[in-house]
Amino acid sequence: MEFKKKNILDINSLSASEIEFILDTADSMKEINERPVKKVPALRGKTIVLFFQEPSTRTKLSFELAAKRLSADSVSLAASSSSMKKGETLLDTARTIEAMKPDILVMRHSMSGAPHFLSKFLKCSILNAGDGRHAHPSQALLDMMTIREKKKTLTGLNIAIIGDISNSRVARSNMRGLVKLGNNVRVFGPPSMIPFKIEEEFNVSVSRTMEEALSDADAVIMLRIQKERQGANLFSTDREYSRFFGLNRENLKNSKKDVLVMHPGPVNRGVEITPELADSEISVINEQVSNGVALRMALFYLVSGGSKNENSD
Amino acid sequence: MRILIKNGTCLVFGKGEQKTNIYIEDQIIKEISSEEKDADKVIDASGMYVFPGLIDVHVHLREPGQEYKETIESGAKAAAKGGFTDICCMPNTIPVNDSPSITSFIKDRALTAGFSNVHPVASLTKGLKGEEICDYGELKQAGAIALSDDGRPVSDSGVMRRAVEYAKAFDLPVMCHSEELSLSGKGVMNEGVVSTRLGLTGIPDSAESLGVKRDIEIGCLVDYPVHIAHVSAKKTIEIIRNAKKSGTKVTAETAPHYFTLTEDAIDLFNTYAKMNPPLRTESDRLAIIEALKDNTIDIIATDHAPHSDEEKIVPFEEAAFGITGLETSLALSLNLVFSGILSMEELAEKMSINPGKVIGINNALFEGNHANITIVNPDFEWTVTREGFISKSKNSPFTGKKLKGICEYTIKNGNIIWSRNN
Repeated sequence: MEFKKKNILDINSLSASEIEFILDTADSMKEINERPVKKVPALRGKTIVLFFQEPSTRTKLSFELAAKRLSADSVSLAASSSSMKKGETLLDTARTIEAMKPDILVMRHSMSGAPHFLSKFLKCSILNAGDGRHAHPSQALLDMMTIREKKKTLTGLNIAIIGDISNSRVARSNMRGLVKLGNNVRVFGPPSMIPFKIEEEFNVSVSRTMEEALSDADAVIMLRIQKERQGANLFSTDREYSRFFGLNRENLKNSKKDVLVMHPGPVNRGVEITPELADSEISVINEQVSNGVALRMALFYLVSGGSKNENSD
Repeated sequence: MRILIKNGTCLVFGKGEQKTNIYIEDQIIKEISSEEKDADKVIDASGMYVFPGLIDVHVHLREPGQEYKETIESGAKAAAKGGFTDICCMPNTIPVNDSPSITSFIKDRALTAGFSNVHPVASLTKGLKGEEICDYGELKQAGAIALSDDGRPVSDSGVMRRAVEYAKAFDLPVMCHSEELSLSGKGVMNEGVVSTRLGLTGIPDSAESLGVKRDIEIGCLVDYPVHIAHVSAKKTIEIIRNAKKSGTKVTAETAPHYFTLTEDAIDLFNTYAKMNPPLRTESDRLAIIEALKDNTIDIIATDHAPHSDEEKIVPFEEAAFGITGLETSLALSLNLVFSGILSMEELAEKMSINPGKVIGINNALFEGNHANITIVNPDFEWTVTREGFISKSKNSPFTGKKLKGICEYTIKNGNIIWSRNN
């Protein structure tokens, strides 16, 4: 298969076979990360700019390591240290970056649609590393990679996504991808965190109780309570939230025996998930992080035309 | 100047469509008959409709303060091109039109420009802050034709009550931007499937309907008819319909975008389809059409809201609300006639007679009335282009769209202020 996408802006614009192809490519990248010398020359001479307008630790580090392991030159730019602080518009900042001829721009922005907006003006590839509440495709892809790796399949599974769906770009991208590949996705959270007409738009079901959401679940994706993003009064207190909407051993009883517990991080321990469960044998939170590097290597490789080169050999 | 408009289909007051000639002399409609009077200028209106001068009760000109978006002159010219002999400009300029001096300034500028009549709408409250009412009597003397805090509601119901009561003293129409701000919050589009898809904060339809309900209640309380601006939601229509049924005096307007587009126009992050109130769903759109048909909605206004590229070519959440409307309104509204929803006469009611009743201007075609006339070519097909706009701003969701029907001539007080072919 030849991968023709120049940008990875959201999951919606990827077909099921493109998603599977990305996951296959990521699987093959994974081995590089286990070597004593973790570096291949695939993207030697390519320049990658990481433009993060919003704070991020793991996603940025993951993209940066992925770039370095493929021998690309990567530089990162934070909005706090950029001219945006001086009032420069997003478009002008992006055009300035582009004038220095990067091959790939990885961007994170607090506004939904910011990378889509820039993609209309820029010639370089754009990888969306999270835009507002809209999409976080690389996170969803690494989640799918992790589930597929553990379950040996990525179709027909029962997957629960629990927490602040309204404010979550991770949830939106996961719902899109998992449903596209034929899984049953249920979401659960306080109604204040469930967006309007989500069933209709995403083809998922909304569970009425935690038990219903978790029954026969193959995997549970717990979402972080995004304190920085939520408006007032979405829920009462952390304590009550953890009791009624948090994941613990007890309410996991009805799920499949080999259920996977997932979380995009960073975890609010004791709020959406008990610390004991986050560290337990059924938690794959660290695998998600490891897979993230491989997955992002695959994205860099593919948008740079990697698959094309293979075909021409 | 003497003008003879001949062979047109004229929407004569009280008589409907008439194949007749209209003769204008000394700014007055002198004669409506089949006679061919001698004139300085003869307009052959064969195949055209002769409308009473169109009136737009809801326009934002950006002068004073934001002349880079629109000036009184550029806006009044765009209005003339769009077929409007009269427009009302909202007070949310910088500074706000809350004083007689700004009202006079706007009137003077419009007179100098010489295109459509510009009728200033003064603010209900000082600085649009929703706290203190303005000097309505003096504003009226300076030329204010109505009152509104458009762009935002007067959120405090007590203040709104006093404002409407005080407006009653001077018989000034009150145009309500009805919105419950605590429900719309930081919303940037309709709360619905598209906002869920795109991860954008929604504005629920209840934010509008609850606001409208309150404003109608206040009108009832003080026994003074209020006018509801830019109706976008089905829920709102039901409230207005019921109020009218029970005898409440209230008028309402909608804008062409609400009966032409839905929230789908926003996917994927199209800032040209961002306005407040937001584009809603197909069921809302159909309800608006139904409401135009059964006169629940009396008026088509544009809510012409010019913005520069700097405010629109930005990420969606940052983009300004509003679209340019004066130059596309007529063709979009004619589409209601072409699709059998309204007759030409009914369209003339929505775009001239009814808005005129709200602000006390009568452009109806009858002998002896001032000659404010719009001549419409219903068959002319054209494509909306950026370059085609003569407004300073190009922020239209209709760019690229093919439309049918155009204004050939706009006549104000017996003078041709717009002629398409020169």
